[in-house]
Amino acid sequence: MTDRIPLHDATTRVSLYAKREPIHVRAVKGRFQRLRRGLDWLLLALYAGLPWLTWDGRQAVWFDIPARQFHVFSTTFYPQDATLLAWLLILGAFGLFLVTVVAGRVWCGYACPQSVWTWLFIWVEQRLEGSRHRRIRQDAGPLDAAARGRKLAKHAVWLLIALATGVSFVGYFTPIRTLLADLTTLSAGGWALFWTGFFTLFTYLNAGWLREQVCLYMCPYARFQSVMFDKDTLIVSYDAARGEPRTAGRRRAVAADATPGDCIDCQRCVQVCPTGIDIRDGLQYACLGCAACIDACDDVMDQLGRPRGLVRYTTEHALEGRPTRWLRPRLIGYLAALLAMAALLAWQLAERVPLDADLERDRHQLYDVTAEGGIRNAYTLRVRNMDARAHRYRLALRGIDGLHLNAPVRLTLAPGASRSLALSIVAPAGSLDAPSQAFSLAITAIDTPHIRLTKEARFLGPARR
Amino acid sequence: MNDLWGNALSDFWSGWIIVITLGTIAFCAWVLFGNRKTDKRPDAQGNVETTGHSADGIDEYDNPLPRWWFILFIGTLIFALGYLALYPGLGNFRGLLGWTQERQWQAEMERAEARYAPIFERYRQTSIPDLAEDDEAMRIAERLYLNNCAACHGSDARGGFGYPDHTDDAWLYGGSPQAITQSIAQGRGGVMPAWNQLGDDNLRNLANYVASLSGAEHDDERAAKGKALFSATCIGCHGVDATGNPALGAPDLTDDAWLYRHPGQPVREAVLATLHQGRKGHMPAQAPFLGQDKVHLVAAYIYSLTH
Repeated sequence: MTDRIPLHDATTRVSLYAKREPIHVRAVKGRFQRLRRGLDWLLLALYAGLPWLTWDGRQAVWFDIPARQFHVFSTTFYPQDATLLAWLLILGAFGLFLVTVVAGRVWCGYACPQSVWTWLFIWVEQRLEGSRHRRIRQDAGPLDAAARGRKLAKHAVWLLIALATGVSFVGYFTPIRTLLADLTTLSAGGWALFWTGFFTLFTYLNAGWLREQVCLYMCPYARFQSVMFDKDTLIVSYDAARGEPRTAGRRRAVAADATPGDCIDCQRCVQVCPTGIDIRDGLQYACLGCAACIDACDDVMDQLGRPRGLVRYTTEHALEGRPTRWLRPRLIGYLAALLAMAALLAWQLAERVPLDADLERDRHQLYDVTAEGGIRNAYTLRVRNMDARAHRYRLALRGIDGLHLNAPVRLTLAPGASRSLALSIVAPAGSLDAPSQAFSLAITAIDTPHIRLTKEARFLGPARR
Repeated sequence: MNDLWGNALSDFWSGWIIVITLGTIAFCAWVLFGNRKTDKRPDAQGNVETTGHSADGIDEYDNPLPRWWFILFIGTLIFALGYLALYPGLGNFRGLLGWTQERQWQAEMERAEARYAPIFERYRQTSIPDLAEDDEAMRIAERLYLNNCAACHGSDARGGFGYPDHTDDAWLYGGSPQAITQSIAQGRGGVMPAWNQLGDDNLRNLANYVASLSGAEHDDERAAKGKALFSATCIGCHGVDATGNPALGAPDLTDDAWLYRHPGQPVREAVLATLHQGRKGHMPAQAPFLGQDKVHLVAAYIYSLTH
């Protein structure tokens, strides 16, 4: 018989778009999963618990956007402190880059909120719909009443978790106790209701429906994280030298040409992977570094009486049999940047004075002459008390002999309050050396002298004749 | 005139914009649908023909657009068309919702009025001397003053050349609460005619006499000559004793307050300049900008500076 001539249908066009295959993740136990679960529960507890703490009669962690006050325990930050936020974000970025250089994509696998919530949702799915093979069988055919009931229960629990997530998130911006009271009595309205609904919906969609699609296609970190890898980065890797050639079942016993490798092709590492890859294919972009495959393979090795680590955290250099260099320029560079930013943040926090002021000259005339022949400049001083308690402030002028305020100024400000003051500053006759001279105004809290701000300005007078 | 179509643009330019806008949207849709699928299919071995471009040895597939991306793009097209139907954007078309900047501003002003008017209404009922004692009211008034008045009168209200000093007792139009309120609400326009026709010598005499009235430096001889001229010419507005006339805004010439004197300038020189040039003082009416309620508060603030 001749070979059949392969047929190509020339009339239709093919879409190369690949539909997503649902991944049924198999449950796995092991030391890395214990570590991850512990960390994840801790992070979830922090996330859900922080809005409930109180400090001094108000919520301890509260980002009060309408009032432009951001409360973090004992300190209240104002928009004027935005540079601190910038340092914090840069610190976070460099910290992440450092971790990536050292250990690859472990942020994704252990701590990223997308992963944390997806793992939680997968765990709920397992509890309610059963183990992996049951789920595959259930999803393969039409759903019976029991299956539909299980799925309904799963989605209900997911929505409940998503709701708790949404309420917690909004609770960072609106006091959570009032928020919950309003929501339960159906009297919440406006933005609070919208954002709670928004975050509930998107938590449900992200963790229940999108899952690994976020990690594979949507996340920007996923795209550039590999650029920080080098051959000394810890990656999850299959030791091909030890595992190949992989042989399964009866073929193991009868293999004569080569000693079979440790890998018995049980496919466990593929089944437990949340992104659905086969780690034995080598380092892949989609690997989250979650070590589920490590735990799975270690378990199998234990049962076979073989040493652990067929799939393990290792470096490419180590796999090639060369020593792994920990302190390399890339790592030292990121570490230095991280320490510099941390120092900058710490220094600025320590130096932070809970007082903000602006001193602006009047522009309608350069100067005026008083009845006694002194020179007067008019200023507007705007002061804001950024501390948590009220203060009385004293103003002091420096830089020109005899410089004084036309009228004494005693300023009392409640916490968070600000005042605009009109100041008449007078230099006695003959005390000015130049038409424009520098001077400074110091604002000091009377009861707390270390709360002190100095504003530099210029004093204008007549040109020298 | 059709309510949906304005006339800010000529018909031609309106049409120009409509054609270009809708044409671009149509073009985007055409490009989108045109590139949706691909002709290149995998062959028997599963290889796919590339586009033919090769950059440093890297070839390019001709993959079709992902479905989610495609659907999102359609979403943006729908949004664009919907937006242009509801809001102005297509030339002279006003949009089905009839949105304008002015109406949005009007709505915000009404919200502000509803929120703040009761506060000012409350203060309106209080007399100015009582308001001057009220700390909270004066803080609000100070902010109003700084925002509206400080540009001319200075943040410390001491004025400048041509802008009265409100921290002293000299009032051009009277310092009673009613007079202050009227000055702010309806404004003032003070006119000092120029007296060039009298001749430079006479003007110098006048200037020296006026300087002598307040005890400023002057030439006694010239001042004596100026006295007669003053009685003939100036008392009509400035009063027999030169203490001024609040009804006209004619200043008291016997005090130390000089509206048109530069810092450090001798009084007689300042007066001479005024006599030569004349003056036209202008305080703009604030009632149209602030409303009577806020004028009342600011008047109380000005009053409080001297009480």
